[in-house]
Amino acid sequence: MVCRMSINNLNSQNPADKKKKNKSGVTDLSLSIGASLICVLIGLLVGFIILLCINAENAGDGFLRIIKGGFFMAPKGVGNVLAQTAPLIMTGLSVAFAFKTGLFNIGAAGQYTLGALGALYFALVLHMPWYVCLLAAMIFGAIWGAIPGIFKAYFNVNEVITSIMFNWIGLYAVNEIMYKGILGDMYDLKTTRTYSLRTMAPESMIPDCGLNSLFKTRSTTIAIFIAIFIAIIIYIIINKTTFGYELKACGLNKDAAKYAGINDKKNIILSMTIAGALAGIGAGLYYLSGVSEWNPQVSTTLPAMGFNGIPVALLAMSNPIGVIVAALFVSHISVGGAYLPTKYYQPEIADLVIAVIIYLCAFVSLFKGVILNAVAKKRKTEDQSGVERKDGKGATK
Amino acid sequence: MFLLLKYTLLYAIVLMLVALGGMFSERSGVINIALEGIMAIGGLAGVLFLVIFQGTMPAGAVVVLSIVISGVAGMIYALLLGFSAITLKADQTIGGTALNMLATAAAIVIVKSYNNSLPTSNGASSAKLTYSNADFIYNAGPLTYNIFLIIGIILLIISYVFLFKTKYGLRLRACGEHPQAADSVGINVYQWRYIGVMISGFLGGLGGFAYIVPSVSTWNFEVGVTGFGFLALAVMIFGQWKPFRIAGAAVFFAIFKSLANIADATFLSNLHLSKNIYDMMPFIASMIILAFTSKNSQAPKAEGIPYDKGAR
Repeated sequence: MVCRMSINNLNSQNPADKKKKNKSGVTDLSLSIGASLICVLIGLLVGFIILLCINAENAGDGFLRIIKGGFFMAPKGVGNVLAQTAPLIMTGLSVAFAFKTGLFNIGAAGQYTLGALGALYFALVLHMPWYVCLLAAMIFGAIWGAIPGIFKAYFNVNEVITSIMFNWIGLYAVNEIMYKGILGDMYDLKTTRTYSLRTMAPESMIPDCGLNSLFKTRSTTIAIFIAIFIAIIIYIIINKTTFGYELKACGLNKDAAKYAGINDKKNIILSMTIAGALAGIGAGLYYLSGVSEWNPQVSTTLPAMGFNGIPVALLAMSNPIGVIVAALFVSHISVGGAYLPTKYYQPEIADLVIAVIIYLCAFVSLFKGVILNAVAKKRKTEDQSGVERKDGKGATK
Repeated sequence: MFLLLKYTLLYAIVLMLVALGGMFSERSGVINIALEGIMAIGGLAGVLFLVIFQGTMPAGAVVVLSIVISGVAGMIYALLLGFSAITLKADQTIGGTALNMLATAAAIVIVKSYNNSLPTSNGASSAKLTYSNADFIYNAGPLTYNIFLIIGIILLIISYVFLFKTKYGLRLRACGEHPQAADSVGINVYQWRYIGVMISGFLGGLGGFAYIVPSVSTWNFEVGVTGFGFLALAVMIFGQWKPFRIAGAAVFFAIFKSLANIADATFLSNLHLSKNIYDMMPFIASMIILAFTSKNSQAPKAEGIPYDKGAR
């Protein structure tokens, strides 16, 4: 959505931009990367100011810990970052894929929840090998993703509202199933979580191929490579296939797509289904790696992994390859937040930084204008053009 | 039965206040998905005020001031949405989502650092605040009601009169239906959209306070407001962006929401349904209703579209 908007802004609101862009030699890709970097830098700056406000003495040390992220406690921390990144890439892809069709999948958290149920059910109760569990997670997530798509296509209900409602319905349903053992015994009374995969179903764990001993961790598996592989597949689907073209056409202009003979209802449902499947795989990668166990008694907060897919997708401008980088960055920051000394600071400061970054992502087109201006000035094109563009942009008002 | 009535009134007022807030914003043309976050921030500001000043001031002053502060805090927070959605013409859904995430994270950080700064702190900070809500609650016979019931009814009537009986209301609605036409007769669309968003923030913040304070005396800010802001959005759609219909819809949703709280104490316990099932009910009910009402929805036509003076 943002991506579409900003491109529209560049092309339609200010037709002169395109020409000037060529003159100053700034490609659209580097422009997007630059705008995302500005978001990140301002977000980090805000984080630093918050650290200063809470406790000025230790702010420097605290900020360094956030910036260092996993490297603060290498190699263990790096392993943790990688373990967190794999599911985050998937939820980021989920949101990004829906964006391409002009849909905002805020339901990644619910689809992730259902994916967790699928993975854990096939692992703990049916004792299937890990790839079958992962497939189950995908299917469970896909079903939960399809629902908002169907509501959007046939009942004209905004997918954002439906997704949010089904996030909560999914959370309550999954908690009920796991806690009561409706599908089979999954709940460990001793830990008040689901049974640990390591002891109960080691055959369902994703293999680590020596990564755990390399990073001295317990849960760094090949999940990260699976996620990167899927990101590349999604990139190919979106950019190199007819199906991807149809999806993008629906996102850019639904009416034009319909006029060209594209079935928009089918595409909306398919897009949401695939987005749900991606989020479901994310949950599978997380729980089948044994990063942690599901706690069915937490019924007031949805898994943060699902919501963190939104900043990842926005930072990456919905580019699947960018999602990999953005996911690495976001989990790097979150792991860094966890290393903050709890005596002075709260680990949630990392969430705060991420939230500020998403808020800033809404201004991406503004930042793009800033970059274009800066480049234009540097190239010493006519002084006037810079002023003109600023006015023409309208965004600075 | 009285228990059901008590909880229904409690939740209905909250849902109505917040949904009215959403209505003002959307009537002016801005989708306010940030209601959840606005509620959390408003509730946080009011509760913090209660915690700090309770006992140092007369009870009446604390009640009035904390209510005003919660509303104003919501209003200021909503300005962030207005800035991104109106001035910068950014995507309203994404801006709102960011504000929701920001609100929860900010509330946790603020409460934890407040608890940390207390002399009794042991370093392991929690996100809980404890306060006394006795001044907000009144008893009338067997029924307990809180001050927000009266405030809510007054605000409902004011909202209706303002929106449909004054020229200002007409201007606000015009900005949400056809901003170009409004602009052509000299109405400042940006200004009215800001007003809509700010009223929305005030009602949302107040709603957040009304949700937290009367029901419990300890609140854990890690949970935000548990999805109530989103339920209020469904109430608003079900109420077709009209004040009295919203009030009716709020009562309907509140009954479903209350069932979870009273299930153990009444005949419903014979059904042996768990809390999770009851918690699901309002969401399922809203989905079913939305499926049937959205086809001929009377949403403001220009909602969600940033107004651009130069666009044709």
